Amino acid sequence: MSSANLQKIRADIQRRKLINTIFALVGILVIMVAILTLLGLTIQMVIEGSSRLTPDFFTSFPSRRAERAGILSAWVGTSLVMLVTALTAVPLGVAAGIYLEEYSRKDWLADLIEINVTNLAGVPSIIYGLLALGLFVYKLQLGQSVISAGLTLALLILPVIIVTTREALRAIPNSLREAAYALGASKWQMIWDHILPYSFGSILTGVIIGLSRAIGQTAPLVTIGALTFIAFLPDSPIKSEFPYISFDWLQAPFTVLPIQMFNWVSRPEREFEMNAAAAGSVLIAMTLTMNALAIYIRYQLRKDVKW
Amino acid sequence: MVEEMYSNSQTITATIPKAEVADLHFYYGSFHALKNINMVVPEKQVTALIGPSGCGKTTFLRCFNRMHDLYPGNRYQGAIWLDSDTNILSRKVDPIEVRMRISMVFQKPNPFPKSIYENVAYGLRVRGENNRQVIAEKVETALTNAALWDEVKDRLKDSAYNLSGGQQQRLCIARALVADPEIILFDEPTSALDPIATASIEELISTLKQKVTILIVTHSMQQAARFSDYTAFMYLGELVEFGSTKEVFAQPAKKQTKDYISGRIG
Repeated sequence: MSSANLQKIRADIQRRKLINTIFALVGILVIMVAILTLLGLTIQMVIEGSSRLTPDFFTSFPSRRAERAGILSAWVGTSLVMLVTALTAVPLGVAAGIYLEEYSRKDWLADLIEINVTNLAGVPSIIYGLLALGLFVYKLQLGQSVISAGLTLALLILPVIIVTTREALRAIPNSLREAAYALGASKWQMIWDHILPYSFGSILTGVIIGLSRAIGQTAPLVTIGALTFIAFLPDSPIKSEFPYISFDWLQAPFTVLPIQMFNWVSRPEREFEMNAAAAGSVLIAMTLTMNALAIYIRYQLRKDVKW
Repeated sequence: MVEEMYSNSQTITATIPKAEVADLHFYYGSFHALKNINMVVPEKQVTALIGPSGCGKTTFLRCFNRMHDLYPGNRYQGAIWLDSDTNILSRKVDPIEVRMRISMVFQKPNPFPKSIYENVAYGLRVRGENNRQVIAEKVETALTNAALWDEVKDRLKDSAYNLSGGQQQRLCIARALVADPEIILFDEPTSALDPIATASIEELISTLKQKVTILIVTHSMQQAARFSDYTAFMYLGELVEFGSTKEVFAQPAKKQTKDYISGRIG
């Protein structure tokens, strides 16, 4: 090869590598903007609310006086509502995903369902609130209660869980399905012993995304009638007398952290804004805890799956 | 036609047939993939299916464990008689029952993402075996028979994915062996492996035939010639010639077989 030619090739390689570097730099820049903005907002909120983050804040009911107001009913409400949401949305969503991916016939009806489920994930949350108001609160007479709220948010995140479950199942290579079948496994054994454990990590990621979306919801819960001021706790689920467990808390009126925050932000006094910032910090901490728990579970379960 | 097909039939009738294929047709939707196949699979012998790509040999193999049932639009016609009394293609016969009696080793090693031990043990667990002692013994036997025990006995809890390709394929053979199947189907088991791993798998298959009937698809004629007892040559969905490997390779009765063996087609 002549040296002139070689020079040309080298110049061309340099040019192509330059384009590559430029893209990498732009990528880093964009990521930094996103992360730093988020981090800045969070830190500012934590700093603003830090003076209110005392034990009393967690054990006090809301009050007209900012310095005495707390988030007891809000964090208890959020926890209980999320419990109902997780307990209904996760089994339903995962089961629906398994059915659609592994059992249902792949025809036009399946396509129609797939398109609809995907679209449902993008429906504004307040629409779910309207549906829930008509269905749970009035039709099923569940009232403006923890169970109505939990079911509403479960409906809201079902599409997310269904879609991610399906994608997780689809990512498992068919050769593993055939391997299980070839040993004489039934369809259920194939799913339960293999496909589910192998895809569990990805399914859990979908669950985390769903629950994180649910925990910050305000609009649908306002629609079904969450209270903004509540000075008592739901009935305890654990009793000292037989049968020791009670489900009365499901029927209790409730509030949640985002609504409590909204209520405080809309007040004129500066002190309430500090309360809102503190409540926001707690909400973020709860979300992170939930995610950390999911990651820990995923880690534990992946010990048995050895890719 | 039938006499022609069994041109080398003297040698075949000398052994007991484990399975008998009778007038088998197979359709992928409207595509007629297998056309009127008749042959026997002799017991405790190695029968090789050879032929050029797309001739239907893998399709034929997958009829034996009803693998085609997993996908919609597939249709069998005719019969495969197992021990002369069960037509495994019959709708009345559960494919699970068929797969418990006839196991399979795939083209690409496909171990489960579990430990080496659990991979083999699953063949037992799937049929409800819970006794740890029994499972441990059978896993060891299967791994020994698959010539893998000495290499993995100290790391049974390791992931199967840490094994080399050849070891993974032997693990899949152990998994297929563990529940004492009557027939093992091999679908080009060495095509994804290097020559050394291939040699060890071939040796293994030759020794396995003392215990179990073997049906193997291969597109390597040398491989078929090396260790099979019977050879079936397929072309465009039809069984062109079937007979003892010696005869099929030394004096093929059909021109197509001769052309393929001499490397003119395929």
